[in-house]
Amino acid sequence: MTIIDKTADVPAPRGSNDESGPLLEVRDLHVEFHTRDGVAKAVNGVNYSVSAGETLAVLGESGSGKSVTAQAVMGILDMPPGRIPKGEIFFRGQDMLKMSNEERRQIRGQKIAMIFQDALSSLNPVLSVGYQLGEMFRVHQGLSKKDAKAKAIALMDRVRIPAAKERVNDYPHMFSGGMRQRIMIAMALALEPDLIIADEPTTALDVTVQAQVMDLLAELQRDFNMGLILITHDLGVVADVADKIAVMYAGRIVETAPVHEIYKRPAHPYTKGLLESIPRLDQKGQELYAIKGLPPNLLHVPSGCAFNPRCTMAQDICRTEVPALRPVTEQDGTELVGRGSACHFWKETIHG
Amino acid sequence: MGRYVIRRLLQMIPVFFGTTLLIFLMVNVMGDPIAGLCGDRQCDPATAARLRTEFGLDKPVWQQYLTYMGNIFTGDFGTAFNGQKVTELMATAFPITIRLTIVAIVFEIVIGISLGVVTGLRRGRPVDTVVLILTLVVIAVPTFVTGLLLQLLLGVEWGVIKPSVSSEAPVDELIVPGLVLASVSLAYVTRLTRTSIAENARADYVRTAVAKGLPRRRVVVRHLLRNSLIPVITFIGTDVGALMGGAIVTERIFNIHGVGYQLYQGILRQNSQTVVGFVTVLVLVFLAANLIVDLLYAVLDPRIRYA
Repeated sequence: MTIIDKTADVPAPRGSNDESGPLLEVRDLHVEFHTRDGVAKAVNGVNYSVSAGETLAVLGESGSGKSVTAQAVMGILDMPPGRIPKGEIFFRGQDMLKMSNEERRQIRGQKIAMIFQDALSSLNPVLSVGYQLGEMFRVHQGLSKKDAKAKAIALMDRVRIPAAKERVNDYPHMFSGGMRQRIMIAMALALEPDLIIADEPTTALDVTVQAQVMDLLAELQRDFNMGLILITHDLGVVADVADKIAVMYAGRIVETAPVHEIYKRPAHPYTKGLLESIPRLDQKGQELYAIKGLPPNLLHVPSGCAFNPRCTMAQDICRTEVPALRPVTEQDGTELVGRGSACHFWKETIHG
Repeated sequence: MGRYVIRRLLQMIPVFFGTTLLIFLMVNVMGDPIAGLCGDRQCDPATAARLRTEFGLDKPVWQQYLTYMGNIFTGDFGTAFNGQKVTELMATAFPITIRLTIVAIVFEIVIGISLGVVTGLRRGRPVDTVVLILTLVVIAVPTFVTGLLLQLLLGVEWGVIKPSVSSEAPVDELIVPGLVLASVSLAYVTRLTRTSIAENARADYVRTAVAKGLPRRRVVVRHLLRNSLIPVITFIGTDVGALMGGAIVTERIFNIHGVGYQLYQGILRQNSQTVVGFVTVLVLVFLAANLIVDLLYAVLDPRIRYA
């Protein structure tokens, strides 16, 4: 517990040279995969930014490009078949896509770390968790085996794994799902990175453990004043921890908003559909709403707005013109800070 | 773990008796051992009958088997056709074959695994295709063809090696025979490693290792290779037994006086004691190798526990 106290009173100025701008800024990022059947356009011009201490939730269904964007930021895309034809990813003002492999490797783990969805398959089954945690210190800080193990134990304590000292030599399969996810979090946290990308960190867990893991993640983020990108398809998870939300559909951001606003007044029919499909206690016994149709095939994204075949408000313009992400305003024209919607009919959606 | 080993050792007993009985019966069907003793000439009936009683060949087969097994347990493996003790033959033959097997295994590990890693990481590229075709060729061509060809080219035509190995069979003379002996298994090891590497390279934990910012070398060696070698080591382990028994062709080609050579002589002379004795020891080697592989499996993969 002493460790928490020690770190708690140093929320510390993070980074040195570029304090003013955002920590991470993704600009007009495109990612495509060359497959035998053609080119799958997984990400089509994504823009987002995260500052220190801020939590951005990226929301979307499977195949919407949220994970691919994160992998591109992390530099762990499989290339080939993946390719980044266009875009920039600025980390502390430097475009990471222009860096050498070695420079990017130095950033991975030290400056930007990632938490993966399925901790069982994401941890190496034949190495002890202590080894896998200690590896961070041994590779990046050149610590000895013994010191690295001591650090690993401290980390396991930090993420509240009981009996860390006894369990440090255990293998991943010997831990429960929640504990394994804590180990993943500990690994990402090891070198106190500036930014953590959590790719559906709670999807494989049951609801009570989900809450514990999310609370832990939020607490650690506060303590270390880190930026956090939370990728999820679970609107319930997002509400408590996120500062702002970006909703993705077919490789584009279709809506951005501060977290609470989006629940009150969505400005995109897709977001609206997502919110309406959350089961609610007061609607017990009624049929649950579902967005009709299927996510688009990325080999043949529909022309115009990619959501038009499933949209209840779709008109002719939706089938021909791709809507840009435009700022959203009140009815009287006052700007709503941080809000944007890529819908031709955002006015009707939010105010109608 | 201890209980598991004991159970496995106990299981070996019926396997041991079963295999020796089978070999004993098969050798018995092979023909008259006395006729073999006389060489190409017809045997003198009186001598033959005398020898038959001397060796106990006039008794029923099951009695012969019991006597033989009884003798084995007192360390008496009988005599070979030339009057030498079979145990003496073993003492000279086994070290040579073990040396040959070690050379072959080293080739399998060094060349096979390296090629497997290189091709597995470059799947679909030219290197991969070339090596795959080569392994296919090696697997398709019988050992005696590769053996004779190498002997002819390296030994006779270009004079790089001595075409036949001397009776002491030092390691340097065993390099080419070892390569020939290893060739087919080497091709299998390459393919097995390649598949295993290519499959594991997409595993989530490899992605995690990359995301941790580890150098590529460390990702490949510590994370990818460590997991991918589990099936390969199993294969190499069981191959030890197969190589020792399967060296007959190679040993014949390069005139190596090892186990294969003695077995061949034993079969040629219809000397059941040599054949059964050598094969019995090979059976033991095979059983031991299998047990070691199974135990190694638990060491390599912590998810496997024996109780």
